[in-house]
Amino acid sequence: MNKKLNTDPQSNDDVLRIEDLNIDFVTDAGAVPAVRGVDLSVKPGEILAIVGESGSGKSVTARTALGILAENGASHGAVYLKGKNMLTLHGSALRAARGRDVSMIFQEPSTALNPVYTVGWQIMEGIRAHTKVSKKEAKARAIEAMRQVGIPDPEQRVDYYPHQFSGGQKQRVVIASALALKPALIVADEPTTALDVTVQAEILALLRNLRDELGTAIVIITHNMGVVADIADRVIVMNHGQVVEQAPAVELFENPQDDYTKSLLAAVPHLGRNSSSEGLNERPHSRAEVLVEAKGLRVHFPGRMGAPGFTAVNGVDLKIHAGEVYGLVGESGSGKTTIGRSIAGLNKITDGSLNVLGYEMAQYKERSFKPLRKQIGFVFQDPAASFNPHLTVGECVAEPLNVHRDLNPSQTRAKVASLLEAVQLPGAYADRYPHELSGGQRQRASLGRALALEPKLLIADEPTSALDVSVQAKVLDLFRELQTELGFAALFVSHDLAVVDMLASWVGVLYRGSLIEEGLGSQVLSNPQNDYTQRLIASLPVPDPREQAERRKLIEELNRA
Amino acid sequence: MSIPSLASARKPWFARLPVVSHLRMSSGLQRGMLIAGLVLSVLFIVSALFAPLIAPFDFAQSSDMSGDFPRQSAPDDKFIWGTTVTGYDVFSRTMYGARTAIWVIIAAVLMSLFIGVLLGLISGYLGGWFDRIMVVLADAIYAFPSLLLAIVMSIVISQGQSSLWGGIMAAAISITVVFIPQYFRVVRAEVMRLKAEPFVESAQVIGSSPWRVMFTHLLRNATRTLPLIFTLNATEALLTLAGLGFLGFGIEPTAASEWGFDLNRAMSDATSGIWWTGLFPGLAIVLTVMGLTLVGESMNDLNDPRLRRFSRKKAQRITQAGVTR
Repeated sequence: MNKKLNTDPQSNDDVLRIEDLNIDFVTDAGAVPAVRGVDLSVKPGEILAIVGESGSGKSVTARTALGILAENGASHGAVYLKGKNMLTLHGSALRAARGRDVSMIFQEPSTALNPVYTVGWQIMEGIRAHTKVSKKEAKARAIEAMRQVGIPDPEQRVDYYPHQFSGGQKQRVVIASALALKPALIVADEPTTALDVTVQAEILALLRNLRDELGTAIVIITHNMGVVADIADRVIVMNHGQVVEQAPAVELFENPQDDYTKSLLAAVPHLGRNSSSEGLNERPHSRAEVLVEAKGLRVHFPGRMGAPGFTAVNGVDLKIHAGEVYGLVGESGSGKTTIGRSIAGLNKITDGSLNVLGYEMAQYKERSFKPLRKQIGFVFQDPAASFNPHLTVGECVAEPLNVHRDLNPSQTRAKVASLLEAVQLPGAYADRYPHELSGGQRQRASLGRALALEPKLLIADEPTSALDVSVQAKVLDLFRELQTELGFAALFVSHDLAVVDMLASWVGVLYRGSLIEEGLGSQVLSNPQNDYTQRLIASLPVPDPREQAERRKLIEELNRA
Repeated sequence: MSIPSLASARKPWFARLPVVSHLRMSSGLQRGMLIAGLVLSVLFIVSALFAPLIAPFDFAQSSDMSGDFPRQSAPDDKFIWGTTVTGYDVFSRTMYGARTAIWVIIAAVLMSLFIGVLLGLISGYLGGWFDRIMVVLADAIYAFPSLLLAIVMSIVISQGQSSLWGGIMAAAISITVVFIPQYFRVVRAEVMRLKAEPFVESAQVIGSSPWRVMFTHLLRNATRTLPLIFTLNATEALLTLAGLGFLGFGIEPTAASEWGFDLNRAMSDATSGIWWTGLFPGLAIVLTVMGLTLVGESMNDLNDPRLRRFSRKKAQRITQAGVTR
């Protein structure tokens, strides 16, 4: 191999330097451009955030730093990692660079760790692959790495298996194994996306500390502008495979130059802005008819073969009045989705009472509940999976009509066309298949299907969490418009406090199956009473670096207390 | 789940047919394997369809105007693959054998397909006691050696009779019984997985009846892998038929020609150096099974984008052509 090609001609102190990188993917339908002419550099000890929406090429770009490229990808340009061109390295030279010079943190910690080995073994694996050390020495280093990432009792826990750790601790273990050889650069691909906000705040603080202590450069790939504001020194915004803007974090948020950056920032929901309960003093619609009433609701899922079960919802009381939007927030495992599914009859309730439109769900029978179904609409989280891939969008939207109404084909078609128009989709989309629509369009069609029978109650289970921010903003606007126009009651389930506040006037906070706080959205979010709610709100990063720095101090105080 | 790409939906209907679409997206070694499989399979189908035109004699013909055929004569101009101990022409019997084989394959695979898919769909979606009984039954059938089961079935069904259709149906039904659990299991597993998909739940919250959910929403999604099992099971059906024939439970030589039976008769010939009576029916079995397996395996690999490979040439052509949309 030509030596000149592999070494950087102009030596400088950048850890990573990408020059004119172009990547294409070969598919059946032709070549798809993923990255176009990207130039970037990372200095030692710098945290660079690459932001962009899905398909912007951010992950593909950052992964080339490790020499990772999907098999059907073709790359041109140069990626210099400490002077070596990672695109031309092969075999043992590439393996030597991975782990020692650069390592990676993955999105989902539970799948990045092998469940049949202890975490210590997995950290040692990387150490022993690169350095000739004894098993004992490697173990000592693994314990040291685990201590560095703040896992308590590392001497004992080094012999634990991944399932014995919580999600946040698992991500710490992943970070520990990335750090074990003290690489100059860490590539973190959406390291906190799979984690709850309170855990996310801890992981971001950890990454920041590691940079300060070890001087490791970090490239963090994310779509979350709050995370960017919290951690990044410098930001690169990517769109359609190109870098559209590159600036220090504070500058980018305060004075974005590119139109795309501006629209991206405008679309991010900001806690406390645009609240739907602004200026209200009491619960609106509180005198209206009660559509859903839960008293001491308990939902228990039995465990597998003697293992203890899981109580997802434990003694929840709540009321949803006609015409109001009830926002239910909580972290994963808090039972928020279970409550929504119970109301729709997708889960059986274990104990207590749940009254839905006058029907007692404790005595649930599909046959007797069926007539009520036409008054309940449901919007699912993942718009890609909630449509039958073999039916056209029009057929999918017409399903509720076919089941409950006796319309002839032309009436059905007319109704579908008017529904699609209501959710701002062109009528011609009725003949398309779900996979031919974008995520946002599919979620609109899904909203149209849920509203087809003009329901009194709509249950929206994280309807926008699978969407990009700019698309999310449009779907939320549409939801708000339709709600004002049609006046249906809604249970809006989300983990995103800012989104819930935008839509719901009355907000309930769930924690481990209990409703710990309830009140007007603006009050709960600006003046939380419960300790957990306070921490939850403080952990939510806001897309503004200066404000976020202040909030960080607040959460540190809360954690100390 | 593999969702067909945008472009494929706009292609003409014939380009979207299972085998044709696979051929179009294949390249390199994978394409070679698929084509080899297709050539062998087409050879098999052609000889089955046009057996009377290709074969110079009938399968049970041992004499013509010039008198009785010679017995165990080596391949020559008149009998290109020689004759058997009873004076049948090996070439004609091998060609006609494809006919029997294809009938049994079609009958067996179709019957087991319909029954297995229906049972799997109901059992997987509704669950409960019906599901439990069906699973136990399927396991019980699995526990039997399939050839033994086929022998028992062929005795029960044909009761020693061996007319053409009696023999074919006996073989087909006995194979069907063995195959139903396979389709049942595949469809049931797929339905169980799909049952938790949001699109099925969204049909449930609308209030669709179980039948509507099963036949409108689940059926087409659960049967994606069937063309694959279809080709793989076709080979097993053929082997079971040959096995039955070899053991003497097949079709009488005067009712139809059957490769397994011919192989059985050729056993004693082999020791006396008469190779042609065994070689050709044997080769026919091997090549047909190989052809169908190659088609099935190639389809399996091509269906999964992660197993699909672009040859260097094709990748280059696509990159040079640039963006098409």
